[in-house]
Amino acid sequence: MSAAAQSNPLTNASSRSRLRLPIFYGILVPIIFLSLLAGVGIGSTHISWITILRVVEFKILPHAWTTSVHVTQADAVIVWLIRVPRVIVAFFVGAGLAAAGVLLQALFRNPLAEPGLVGAGEGAVLGGVISFVTGWSATSVLSLPLMAMAGALLALFVVYVMSTRGGVTPVATLLLAGVATSALLSAVASLLLSVNIVNWQIAQEIVFWMMGGLDARTWTHVWLCAPFVVLGVAACLIQTRDLDLLQLGEETAASFGVDVESSKRMLTLTAAILTGAAVAVAGLIGFVGLVVPHAVRLVLGPSNRVLLPASALTGGAFLVLCDLLARTIHPPTEIRLGIVTALCGGPLFIYLLLRQYRGAANS
Amino acid sequence: MSVIGARQASVKRGGRTIFGPASIKIGAGEMTALIGPNGSGKSTLLRLLAGLWRPDSGDVFLDDKTIHSRPRKEIARRISFVPQETQIDFSFTVAEILAMGRYAHRGRLKPQSQADRTAVLAAAADCDITYLMDRAVNSLSGGERQRVLIARSLVVEPEFILLDEPTANLDIHHALDVLQLCESLSRKGKTVIVATHDFNLVTRYVTRLILLQEGLVIAEGPQEDVLGPETIRKVFQVEAEMVPMKTGHPVYVFHQRTQNP
Repeated sequence: MSAAAQSNPLTNASSRSRLRLPIFYGILVPIIFLSLLAGVGIGSTHISWITILRVVEFKILPHAWTTSVHVTQADAVIVWLIRVPRVIVAFFVGAGLAAAGVLLQALFRNPLAEPGLVGAGEGAVLGGVISFVTGWSATSVLSLPLMAMAGALLALFVVYVMSTRGGVTPVATLLLAGVATSALLSAVASLLLSVNIVNWQIAQEIVFWMMGGLDARTWTHVWLCAPFVVLGVAACLIQTRDLDLLQLGEETAASFGVDVESSKRMLTLTAAILTGAAVAVAGLIGFVGLVVPHAVRLVLGPSNRVLLPASALTGGAFLVLCDLLARTIHPPTEIRLGIVTALCGGPLFIYLLLRQYRGAANS
Repeated sequence: MSVIGARQASVKRGGRTIFGPASIKIGAGEMTALIGPNGSGKSTLLRLLAGLWRPDSGDVFLDDKTIHSRPRKEIARRISFVPQETQIDFSFTVAEILAMGRYAHRGRLKPQSQADRTAVLAAAADCDITYLMDRAVNSLSGGERQRVLIARSLVVEPEFILLDEPTANLDIHHALDVLQLCESLSRKGKTVIVATHDFNLVTRYVTRLILLQEGLVIAEGPQEDVLGPETIRKVFQVEAEMVPMKTGHPVYVFHQRTQNP
């Protein structure tokens, strides 16, 4: 071949502009640790990090080792029963939504895909409402996350069928299908709520849950969310090479030996589990699945083997910090968590949308 | 040696037969061009042979067995397919793109083996893209990207390489580069099948032409048997003059067809 060995000076996009993994985690791990500590320590009552560590030590180590540790009853309650579960739920919800975002972006081959935008979020909300209305949520705590997952799965399926033809998903149809499906599902959810408004206790429960946010989260919420998020992220991690190839196109993936149909089913199911687990314990929180994968992709590149775990961990820290902002920015009122994430995510979404249309106009 | 082919294979879409029934057989080490006007079924035949589409009737075979009776990964290890659309929107590096070519060789959780790395480096060297390895694939020119995709198909270490319009988006210099690369691959024992509408460009590189029209194979063989002026007039609706060249392969000069009363 005769092409000269020259590189284009205008596009210095190369792997050298990416952050190396050890450096990335060298920065991220302290941030995670500090965000958890800040999330537990800062609030209406400030608690020093020494006290936090003492309480945690007292609670998780065997009692024989911690007889000398002295913690007051009030500190123990605030740290262990109020703040720690809230922070852990925030972390897993953020991780789940970010991982779901990575999956959906690969599945739809579109950087705008996000649980809230492709109907999965509203589907999960409807699933949750059904589990309240039918009374299943009262019979088993597991019914709420499971119904939320089923709702997310149904919504994803509908949006995928509506927006994708021959393995190609145009942005416009994806957004339209997402908006239409979301509107329909949320109308059904509201309808169910209105019909049940006579039963004030259930209605109140539903409204409180639908508003979302992370106040008054308990250890039960941790156990309803964390195992599913861990399961979902683990399922993602064994599919990262399928994801990489699917991102290049279904035909390409098939020609390299990917079982495209079964792979897509697995990915949709995984995204639904992650979204459902997050929505079940925190309601619908938008934009986390958009902001975090994008930021991480910018610094680490698009390879899913690297992107997925990094996005999940970053998403966790991001939501812990957002929640911290939401409850400290204007005390004593708490700002809704979705407002904070939307303030971060909205501008990015607009930027991406403009860039896509400019790109489409150029090509 | 391995062979690939179709037996009375046809494809239906919306109740209409859009391809076939057609029978062909392509042996090892050949370099074959599928030619014909737009919509004649070149891409369809290529996708059938690659095992990407199933025929609605008839059979596509790899050696002595129906291709779809073989495991997907076996097909992927033996046949690689280079699509016409080369646009990639994500900023994977060339090295990452090439590594993806080893999908069918690696277990789900197995790390890259020495053989995987060797295959990547050898393919990059063959296609002269070693200097691009760290570059983001969406920052490359059309010619560079085409070579990267051909290299990715070589990473598979396949017996068959199927290319869909590999020169369609390239200027003449890069088009010839790509065809020369294909020719050298076929000399190394790979079976190369190129679907193209630009037969003037490929005739001097290929050993066999398969001419398609309206979903049917209407002629096959060496250039002199397949592409006479008479056939060209019938299939492509233009008058063609054959101009002898020093290389031994005549080239065609085309004229608008004169209206016969």
